[in-house]
Amino acid sequence: MDDIFGIPAPLLFGQLLLGLINGAFYALLSLGLAVIFGMLNVINFAHGAQFMMGAFVAWMLLEYAGLNYWWALILAPLLVGVFGVILERTMIARLYKLDHLYGLLLTFGLGLIIEGIFRNQYGSSGLPYRIPPQLSGAWDLGFMYMPVYRGWVVAVAVVMCIGTWLVIEKTKIGSYLRASTENAALVQAFGINVPRLMTLTYGAGVALAAFAGVLAAPIYSVNPQMGSNLIIIVFAVVVIGGMGSILGSVITGFGLGIIEGLTKVFYPEASATVIFVVMAIVLLARPAGLFGRA
Amino acid sequence: MSPPRRHLLAAFGGLAAMPAARLRAQGSTLRIGVLTDMSGPYRDPTGMGSVVCTQQAVADFAGPLGLSVEVIQADHQNRPDTGSSIARQWYDQGVDAIVDVPTTSVALAVSGIARQKNKVFLNSGAASAELTGAACSPNTAHWAYDTYMLAKGTGAAVTRTGGESWFFVTADYAFGTVLQRDVTSFIEAEGGAVLGSVRYPFPATTDFSSFLLQAQASRAMVLGLANAGTDTANCIIQAREFGLARSMRLVGLLMSLSEVHALGLRAAQELLLTESFYWDLNDRTRAFAARVQPRMPNRAMPGAVHAGCYSAVAHYLKAAAALGPSVAELDGAAVLARMKAMPTDDDAFGPGRLREDGRKLHPAHLFQVKTPEESRGPWDYYKTIATTAAEDAFRPMQEGGCPLVRGPAL
Repeated sequence: MDDIFGIPAPLLFGQLLLGLINGAFYALLSLGLAVIFGMLNVINFAHGAQFMMGAFVAWMLLEYAGLNYWWALILAPLLVGVFGVILERTMIARLYKLDHLYGLLLTFGLGLIIEGIFRNQYGSSGLPYRIPPQLSGAWDLGFMYMPVYRGWVVAVAVVMCIGTWLVIEKTKIGSYLRASTENAALVQAFGINVPRLMTLTYGAGVALAAFAGVLAAPIYSVNPQMGSNLIIIVFAVVVIGGMGSILGSVITGFGLGIIEGLTKVFYPEASATVIFVVMAIVLLARPAGLFGRA
Repeated sequence: MSPPRRHLLAAFGGLAAMPAARLRAQGSTLRIGVLTDMSGPYRDPTGMGSVVCTQQAVADFAGPLGLSVEVIQADHQNRPDTGSSIARQWYDQGVDAIVDVPTTSVALAVSGIARQKNKVFLNSGAASAELTGAACSPNTAHWAYDTYMLAKGTGAAVTRTGGESWFFVTADYAFGTVLQRDVTSFIEAEGGAVLGSVRYPFPATTDFSSFLLQAQASRAMVLGLANAGTDTANCIIQAREFGLARSMRLVGLLMSLSEVHALGLRAAQELLLTESFYWDLNDRTRAFAARVQPRMPNRAMPGAVHAGCYSAVAHYLKAAAALGPSVAELDGAAVLARMKAMPTDDDAFGPGRLREDGRKLHPAHLFQVKTPEESRGPWDYYKTIATTAAEDAFRPMQEGGCPLVRGPAL
């Protein structure tokens, strides 16, 4: 058996693959954050709570309405997205003219409140959610035992990321969006309803978080804290990629997943810290992030 | 800004003081305060369930013993500073005993205050064996379980029943590393071996698949999870996903009934864990569970910490009645001494005793979680694999280093 840096090669390949899978979650979550920040200039600290809501709504749909995973994958992002639209209309929209800090504080508070409500209602231990039967089982790759569901997560995340990028970069509505971030008043003068565009963008970013939540429900315990554990890392990903850069957040998400995966083999104690070490280095060398515009 | 803040503080102080002041007017009413986690990660195995079981003990024993008892409750938010200030305020305002207190750091703080004010502290929720070891106190009793009991009950029993080689996935902080160390000593004493371990950053870890793959590669027979709460749940879900459960035995070193319930039998099946109480052990435990279940949050079955609160309060009330409530209110250490002099007996734990260092002795059970096919209904989760007798389940008193039991110097 070949060793690479003292680690058996099959184990290392397995870890790289796992890193890629975790990277898929980072990419999906940071994508939503980047969309919201890039278009609205709001640092959405409620993103973790909205991710958690996606997982909970999936569980509720199954428990109360008997709707399975596939329905949840469509309905949960829609429902949580509508919730996001309501938040944007009633609260967040009032803060666009103020400093970033106000949006950050408001969404941070909202995140805590949402988490608290779910903890009060459903307890802290979590709820069970099963992998859909069509995606259960595993492939034997020779060097590791690869659950089918994890493969599905990577595939869906990649499709989602490319789709979002295409919508923003290549479609008419995407061009309106990009134009309104540059100069909202001018775009409005051309007869485009900019406030509605903002609302829909926030809703879409929230829906992306909820979508990631549904994907996570079968493999992580569905509990109120599940978002807050992940969100700090995702913020680091967004900062490294460059605030607001869609492509940057996706590439950084996958890349950091792999770096974290390797750290878990060579020095597991540092696996939560390594991302922040990378962040510090990137900020020193390129303050705007790897793909950000200064 | 200072005047409004002062008003606010006064308002809060007044609110908190009100029930105690009202009670004091009624004469020798015993006051029991349940100080627990109402909003954090431990609220399901402790929390409102502990309050309900404390109230049940009062309902079962206070009347027959001729005592008047009031139960109050508060959330310590797992913060030693919050817990200490509530405990201090309660004791000053006439609370005679504080019950439950999960989270070791908060429990150690409350234990110090109880000793300083000569009141009673009945711990059920905290894990550390320190409470009856170096940090023992004449005013503190520790019910239900502790880290030594978990380590011995699981480490020794699993190794003896064929799980000779282990791999640990350990939360990288004091609790996880100490638990791993303790379990390792029992594994090695039984002739087993630890083939490896991985320490992961706590908190901030949600995906354990990388560590699980390393465990699988070690070819150990047993996977020991030296962590708690959500981390354990995530480890079990993902171990099943990656097929570890086929080649290894999964062992949760700190698992409770509420966590098994949260995981569901499909994920938790065949998991091994140690607890001192299960509602379906015998007729008496079933009778106790039937009494409290209707008032438990979400109609859950009581867990070991809940049962510990019931048993501790029941025994406290018996000792207080024997001494007379007016003496019990004045001298916490005297109540504890009386509790240690009387044998314990209640529906939750059966007969047992409270040792001089404050440790409550009762048997510890190694349980295996049933498969969905074996389970006959809701909350039918455990089958007993092995039972350690009360006198063997806990750390021998001489090894704990409790100053109370060394005796006076000659």
